[in-house]
Amino acid sequence: MSMPSLPLFLSQLFNGLATGLLLSLISAGLTIIYGTLGVLNLAHGALFMVGAYAGFMALQWTGSFVIAIFGGMVGALVVGLIMERVIVRYYYQRPPEDQILVTFGIGIVITELVRLGFGGIAKPVPVPSWGQGITRIGSLIYPTYRIEMMAIVAVALVGLYVLLYRTRIGMIVRAGIEDSLMVNMLGINVYRVFLLVFGVGAMTAGFAGILNAPILAVTPDMGESFLVMSFVVIVIGGVGSFPGAIVGGIIAGEIISLTSMFSSAYSHVMLFAIMAVLLAVRPQGLFGIEGRE
Amino acid sequence: MILRRLARYSGGRPWVAELITLVVLLLCPVVLPLFGVTADIASRILIWGLFGLGFDILFGYTGLLSFGQAAFFGTGGFASAFLLTQTSLQNHVFLSLIIGMIAAMVAGVVVGFFTLRRSGIYFAMITLAFAEMFHFLELSPLSQWTGGENGLTGVPMPIVGIDSLHIQISSGWSLYGYIAAFFFVGYVVAHRIVLSPFGQVLTALRDNSPRALATGHSVRKYKLAAFVIAAGYGGIAGGLLGVLQSYMPPDAVAFHTSGQLVMQSIIGGAGTLFGPLVGAALWLGLQNYLQDVPVIASAWMLILGIVFVVLITAFRQGILGALKQLFEKAAPKAPVHETELSAEITRRHHVTGVPDEHPNQDEIPDNYLRTNAPAGGLIIVPKGESADGAALSCRNLTKHYGGIYANEGIDMSIPEGQLRGIIGPNGAGKSTFFKMLAGEVAPTEGQVFLHGADVTGLGVTAVSQLGMSKSYQINELFSKLTVSQNLAIPVLARLRGEFRPDMLKSLHKVPGLHGQIEATLELVNLTQRADVPVTELAYGEKRRLEIGLALANAPNVLLLDEPLAGMSPRERADTVQLLKQIRAGRTLVVVEHDMDAMFELAEYISVLQEGRLLAEGTPEEIKNDQRVQDAYLGGMEEV
Repeated sequence: MSMPSLPLFLSQLFNGLATGLLLSLISAGLTIIYGTLGVLNLAHGALFMVGAYAGFMALQWTGSFVIAIFGGMVGALVVGLIMERVIVRYYYQRPPEDQILVTFGIGIVITELVRLGFGGIAKPVPVPSWGQGITRIGSLIYPTYRIEMMAIVAVALVGLYVLLYRTRIGMIVRAGIEDSLMVNMLGINVYRVFLLVFGVGAMTAGFAGILNAPILAVTPDMGESFLVMSFVVIVIGGVGSFPGAIVGGIIAGEIISLTSMFSSAYSHVMLFAIMAVLLAVRPQGLFGIEGRE
Repeated sequence: MILRRLARYSGGRPWVAELITLVVLLLCPVVLPLFGVTADIASRILIWGLFGLGFDILFGYTGLLSFGQAAFFGTGGFASAFLLTQTSLQNHVFLSLIIGMIAAMVAGVVVGFFTLRRSGIYFAMITLAFAEMFHFLELSPLSQWTGGENGLTGVPMPIVGIDSLHIQISSGWSLYGYIAAFFFVGYVVAHRIVLSPFGQVLTALRDNSPRALATGHSVRKYKLAAFVIAAGYGGIAGGLLGVLQSYMPPDAVAFHTSGQLVMQSIIGGAGTLFGPLVGAALWLGLQNYLQDVPVIASAWMLILGIVFVVLITAFRQGILGALKQLFEKAAPKAPVHETELSAEITRRHHVTGVPDEHPNQDEIPDNYLRTNAPAGGLIIVPKGESADGAALSCRNLTKHYGGIYANEGIDMSIPEGQLRGIIGPNGAGKSTFFKMLAGEVAPTEGQVFLHGADVTGLGVTAVSQLGMSKSYQINELFSKLTVSQNLAIPVLARLRGEFRPDMLKSLHKVPGLHGQIEATLELVNLTQRADVPVTELAYGEKRRLEIGLALANAPNVLLLDEPLAGMSPRERADTVQLLKQIRAGRTLVVVEHDMDAMFELAEYISVLQEGRLLAEGTPEEIKNDQRVQDAYLGGMEEV
């Protein structure tokens, strides 16, 4: 094992940021839903996958990647809303284990439906015309689409932040996180807010799914590894914390990327190992509040 | 009698279930081929069933939902497959399987150390993450030993031998027999575990972990033990999978292995031991039958997913659980009848408010509360000696929450055998004070002494083990257990200490358990309701059981947080009698809002106001204390 050169290091640092921002976005969706509704959505990975497929279909029909992005968001949103209305809302009063189990089951149903409809073979989503080629940043040479994707994800995160922290509805959502019963008593239909939050969370996953589609093969199982990584992200950042999801995502991305500089075999192992160490030292996560389960 | 009830409720007569299992396992090779089930499928079902026995102990009995059991399935599987293919242990299948199981259990200790720091959703997420770590480890860093993406091929068949007689097991029904033997032993052990005192404590953790902690059980150790047991079952099942297939596949460590186990257990019914086996049979059966049906061949997983979601939503208890319920509804057993009768008596009693004219053996609060003194038959844990004769005392007890002072500088000394009342207006800091005494909350400053020994910061479990227990203002019961099972939990903590791995011991054989439960039942007048699940109790009965839980713990210092809260006047009178009755040999500290009861009961009263000790004295002195009157009336004169 030798020390990597500076350019390699910078390049990996950049790589980590790209992976990390995407993880931040997925985890933000997961953590908003958990923070507000108290439901850990194990179907989040499936929604990520639905976004990719919905985007793929939109791309097939229209040939426009921009429309594909909207298609991905709408696809995941619709599936998310149906899921909340038909099943999840009956689970708000049930034990957390039941919520985990049912969303896990819903995730499988969604995945299998997609497999039945599209088959198990990977669908190609080409890099859009405006993302072709490579870009040079100083000594770095980097695929253009990846840089654009980072920018788009960053904008989406800022958008989520504004929605949560700078709007009336965001204030209600954050109040709902603190005490949903109280919000309800203040004359705000908290269940409508719940539906909205679930929709936003699902849409975030779908958005990430289609954005990442040109980089990764689109298959029915593509969401699984992202679900697991987003768990690690929110455990590191603090479950239910929006800033925690962002910082946790970037940390996770950098751990994977920087470790792979030395040994790609250990990159994911290192991610889980650091999570374990953090759990031992600070069980509530970086931004978590002590005692909140 | 109580113990027989306990045993019956938690799983039937000993050995009957084992015998039936054995017969069914022996019949399978004869019967199953008639239905087109191959030895391979039957063996796979048993392997998943064995894997599931451990998971059921972890999830169904202890309430810990792990999404990472694949880690142990893989650890055991790869450890034994490695020994069988790469070392000189090639001819020692049994030994390799056992070593694999031990490896999985060691992994269980390590993973459990981290994952059990959190509960609920965190536990699910973190176990999943750890299992993924194992998956990545198998795929790459350890591929030299595990074969990475190729897995390990050439796992040999076992040879079973006694002296010179050696039988080479080959695939087919003889291998089924080998695996069935493991399953049978695994089942016998699991069944003993859930019927043991250890298993009884596990159910308490599932239902109300904080209360189990407060009654003196080391929740952390029990959880870890259950986790390691589940890991062991996973390890041996993983090893058997390698033997069955002559190949250890890398996807044994993958997430979907953990997911499949969870789904099978839920579908079959958690908390039944056989649930995972039934789920596995349905899973593998569906997978195999649907393969031949053209249109829906690829939809078997979808069908299972839908079945799973429907079961969780409507039949959370799974197939076996639903069948059990159906069976119990169809054939109500004698004791249920008996308890319905006693419920009727209790109800009439509540309506009329007077005791039944014809007292019989089913009779009734008043009677019995008066005549049975003192605290018939209840054991009390021996107490330590303190120099100043104080059972419980505190010095400068202070608690800050950020800038808020809940309690400040409280000095108190409660002599041995006293019944001390603590009163104060709402927000006076009584609850926090009580929590600090009981060891539930660590004080910011100051110390607590129990029989002269400093118990500050020891925690509620240790304090409970030292002989002080608490009953709560809001009922903290074990919701899925019956009344007598509830009472067994604190008694087991007293008789067995904070942790004892008596997993193979019968609950019947805990000396003193029976007597203490019976005595407590009688004392809190729940003898007739002993077999009733807590959910079916009336509020007043739950309240009595709440006090009973604290009493059954055999405390010498008993803290009662608003024991009369929410009771009807009649129940209050009964409970006041009960408190008088249990005084003998104990020190009682009571927080209560009911002033009349307090002045009647207490020998000495301490008044808290705004987190400080305002006044202390006999009930007479307190009644006439100007400061106390001001505190309660809030300076009415000034208005």
